[in-house]
Amino acid sequence: MFRIETKVDTKSEQFRQNDQANREQHAVFKQRLDTVKLGGPEKSRQRHVDRGKLLPRDRLAKLLDRNTPFLELSPLAAYDMYDNDAPAAGIITGIGVVHGREVMVVVNDATVKGGTYYPMTILKHARAQAIAETNHLPCVYLVDSGGIFLPLQQGTFPDKDHFGRIFYNEARMSAKGIAQISVVMGSCTAGGAYLPAMSDETIQVRKQGTIFIGGPPLVKAATGEVVSAEDLGGADVHCRVSGVSDHYAQNDAHALQMARNVIENLGPSKRFPLDLSASEDPYYDPEELYGVVSNDIRKPFDVREVIARIVDGSRFHEFKELYGTTLVTGFARIMGMPVGIIGNNGVLFSESSLKGAHFIELCTERKIPLIFLQNIAGFIVGRQYESGGIARDGAKMVHAVANADVPKFTVVVGGSYGAGNYAMCGRGYFPRLMWMWPNSKICVMGGEQAADVLATVKIRQLEKQGGKLSEKEIAEIRQPVLEKYENESTPYYSGARLWDDGMIGMTETRQALALGICMSLNAPIPDQKYGIFRM
Amino acid sequence: MFKKILVANRSEIAVRVMNACRVLGIPSVAVYSDADENAKHRHYADEAVHIGPPPPRESYLDIDKIIAAAKETGCDAIHPGYGFLAENPLLPRRCAAEGIAFIGPSPEAMNLMGNKVESRIKMTEAGIPLVPGMKSSSKDPAVFRKAADKAGYPVMIKAAAGGGGKGMRIVHKADELDAALEAAQREALNAFNDDTVYLEKYIASPRHIEFQVIADSHGNAVHLFERECSIQRRHQKIIEETPSVALTPELRARMGADAVKVAQAADYVNAGTVEFLFDPDGNYYFLEMNTRIQVEHPITEMVTGIDLVVEQIRVAAGLPLSFTQEQLNQRGHAIECRLYAEDGDNNFMPSTGKILHYSEPSGPGIRVDSGVMQGGQITIDYDPIMAKLIVHAPDRATCINKTIDAIHDYKILGVKTSRDFMVDVLRHPDFVHGNTFTDFIEKHMGDRDSNPAKYRDLAAAVATAAAMSAPGAVSSASSGNGVVDGATPWQTIGPWQIGDSISAKA
Repeated sequence: MFRIETKVDTKSEQFRQNDQANREQHAVFKQRLDTVKLGGPEKSRQRHVDRGKLLPRDRLAKLLDRNTPFLELSPLAAYDMYDNDAPAAGIITGIGVVHGREVMVVVNDATVKGGTYYPMTILKHARAQAIAETNHLPCVYLVDSGGIFLPLQQGTFPDKDHFGRIFYNEARMSAKGIAQISVVMGSCTAGGAYLPAMSDETIQVRKQGTIFIGGPPLVKAATGEVVSAEDLGGADVHCRVSGVSDHYAQNDAHALQMARNVIENLGPSKRFPLDLSASEDPYYDPEELYGVVSNDIRKPFDVREVIARIVDGSRFHEFKELYGTTLVTGFARIMGMPVGIIGNNGVLFSESSLKGAHFIELCTERKIPLIFLQNIAGFIVGRQYESGGIARDGAKMVHAVANADVPKFTVVVGGSYGAGNYAMCGRGYFPRLMWMWPNSKICVMGGEQAADVLATVKIRQLEKQGGKLSEKEIAEIRQPVLEKYENESTPYYSGARLWDDGMIGMTETRQALALGICMSLNAPIPDQKYGIFRM
Repeated sequence: MFKKILVANRSEIAVRVMNACRVLGIPSVAVYSDADENAKHRHYADEAVHIGPPPPRESYLDIDKIIAAAKETGCDAIHPGYGFLAENPLLPRRCAAEGIAFIGPSPEAMNLMGNKVESRIKMTEAGIPLVPGMKSSSKDPAVFRKAADKAGYPVMIKAAAGGGGKGMRIVHKADELDAALEAAQREALNAFNDDTVYLEKYIASPRHIEFQVIADSHGNAVHLFERECSIQRRHQKIIEETPSVALTPELRARMGADAVKVAQAADYVNAGTVEFLFDPDGNYYFLEMNTRIQVEHPITEMVTGIDLVVEQIRVAAGLPLSFTQEQLNQRGHAIECRLYAEDGDNNFMPSTGKILHYSEPSGPGIRVDSGVMQGGQITIDYDPIMAKLIVHAPDRATCINKTIDAIHDYKILGVKTSRDFMVDVLRHPDFVHGNTFTDFIEKHMGDRDSNPAKYRDLAAAVATAAAMSAPGAVSSASSGNGVVDGATPWQTIGPWQIGDSISAKA
């Protein structure tokens, strides 16, 4: 494949400005990430450690193979929600390696409100399970949770994507042969008791882990019986008497070693074979992404310059370079694995949509994973385009994206607005993983446009009644809309609500994609089937 | 010219001689022992003859077998290399009897130079300076006093039967002489049961400077300038260089002329080396003449542009020298490092074993004369020299740096070598400043920190690199390689988490 020839002048003022602004934004991201990774308040952590328990991230480190990556999911979940009382939504999820095999790990953080489930905690737990199910990853749950966060019960209990879904997922995955393993390292109360109870194999730490449908206070209230937590649901009860747990661990470290032993005995894993070649670092330094990517969402940049700093050897076999030029499509490799890349260089026209649909067909036919680099303001609008059938041609691309069953990965590298989000494999189109860069924005439309639309609606209403808005009144309508949209379109706002799988730094994109693609190959890539492309 | 040449040697010098044969378009024949079945020299020659078991006296030193091999393969000349039979007059004598040319000096010249007493007398007659001292021993202290006054203090009293420093006394002043003489005699008697001692001038911190000479059978003799070989460990040369920083052009011309005189006095034909001891005051004294091609001959070739072995063969074939003294000059500086299979960090213990990895440095002005290959065995049977690294550069400072660099590029795994030791010598300020005397190693390298722990980081890096290239290996390189030999990014990326590698600083 030919190497992309960069056109970026790294000495230019524009490059310097981008570099500075993007680095500042990344510094903020890193600082927030570091804070969240500490977990709950200092006092809770101290109490946790004083009880002889390992902190969640230390548990994680002991579970995973040494010197291997951990691809964490949504570390900034619930950011700026719940008065920031639930860092990472009180749960750590991600993909790591145990005995050379990729596994999904779900770790309750008991230092955050006793590990209880906020609405976002449930979403995050269920999202991890969904990824595990799609990609056939064994699940390990390090359980240490008081169950539902009762003050917010209305957002946690009865709906189809609420708490019950977690145990449903376990049963369904177990049925598919995807191993479900629980390590009980703290409370598993009420509904929480089903997490270990529905696992394939369960490990419980003596005098520390408890499992019961009703805890001592509930028992006392219901029957008057007074019983200690340990006698009600400790490891001795469950490993020796009830049989709810299978393995009796002396402490956290012992339990985690046992969990590793369980994984060791899962039998062989099979990876879908891709046409692999030796990895090659990008020819252009990924650090240059800071200067390449425009920090102002309204200023365009050539997505090829991004591709050049992500893919092996900066080599890119571009498809239909001269046609539908607002969409860039082509083949490349990431750490030796073949990928098809679709990136935006402007709004989608009929031609670019058709090109996109064609390229997706190529990749799905060849079973090549797809990567979407989103920087999209939307589809083109106007009478000329509507009469040319932009809706129909746009639909072709959306149809192709929706039905493409190859592993899809989406990185929002700029704006993600309107139906462009759909055509470029937004969250609703089931990318295996979706990340946002710190500079990115995601919203139904830009704040300016939304403010204009709302102001225009108001003006029309008044005109019908014979009235007229002053400039000041128009500004008063626009301003709150602008502010609201600005606030709600940040990657922090999106990530906090699990609209994506979290933020990643620009320079980490290559690694994250490589790990994601490789992880996705644990599930076979099915033969492709499309519906009706409207012609 | 000869039709075919048998090389009666092994390892690097055998390969070196075969190269010269190739230059002249003459087929070469190797001889090899059981131990050298897969040695480089065996395969480098056009033909090879097996001559017996590993012990040298049953193979490489066995004249009958060498002659038989030459006859069997139809060789009309034998090159002895250095060591083994190179300075044994029996070989050229036997060659003459069998009608085979010997590429080297006459047996008479060898005999003369092999006899230290005779050669001293001959050289004194020829007017060559010798270390002043007594020509024969005496019991009379007065004879010693007279000889000491003549030689000039300091002087050294040595046991005639001596060795190992026993019965040896350095005397700095006349009034210390009598006591020292007595002590030396007593010590000699105790150690060797012989109290015969003699006296000669003591030269503190000398340099070892030798001159390459070559003479043809038509009466032409020239010198090819000096080599300084002062860097020695227990009389074994380690690093040689040319030109010597100690010589002025006038001194060089004088010593060169004397070296030619030595060759002529011995009726010498072919290549040889005249060794001098050079004192810090600029005096030089004849030591001996080596009647062979020397290990360190390549540095002379580098600065003169003359192929000495080719010239040896030509001269032996009866051709006149292809150059005159006036046509010779020295260009730039050359250094040779001898790569021995010995542990430079552990008292130079011999190191044997299989060469697991071998790659030589290369580039303009870098020459490697080697007798080993990857996969080859280093055994205890022979001299541990594996290869010589010869580096040529416009000036001495550049040459030193280039040599250090080349040593670093020289990669040998499986056997230990003295390469780190050599780098330490080359980097030593006294070496850099040209303060090279025969006691250099003793004086400067005695307390050398050879703690292998200092290479631990390097060892770790090498081990990591090896592990990374192994299938299914786990690395810690955060830049991350991808799918290599079946290892996935999950195995190759190493410890990595989102946010870890973000460097916010511009």
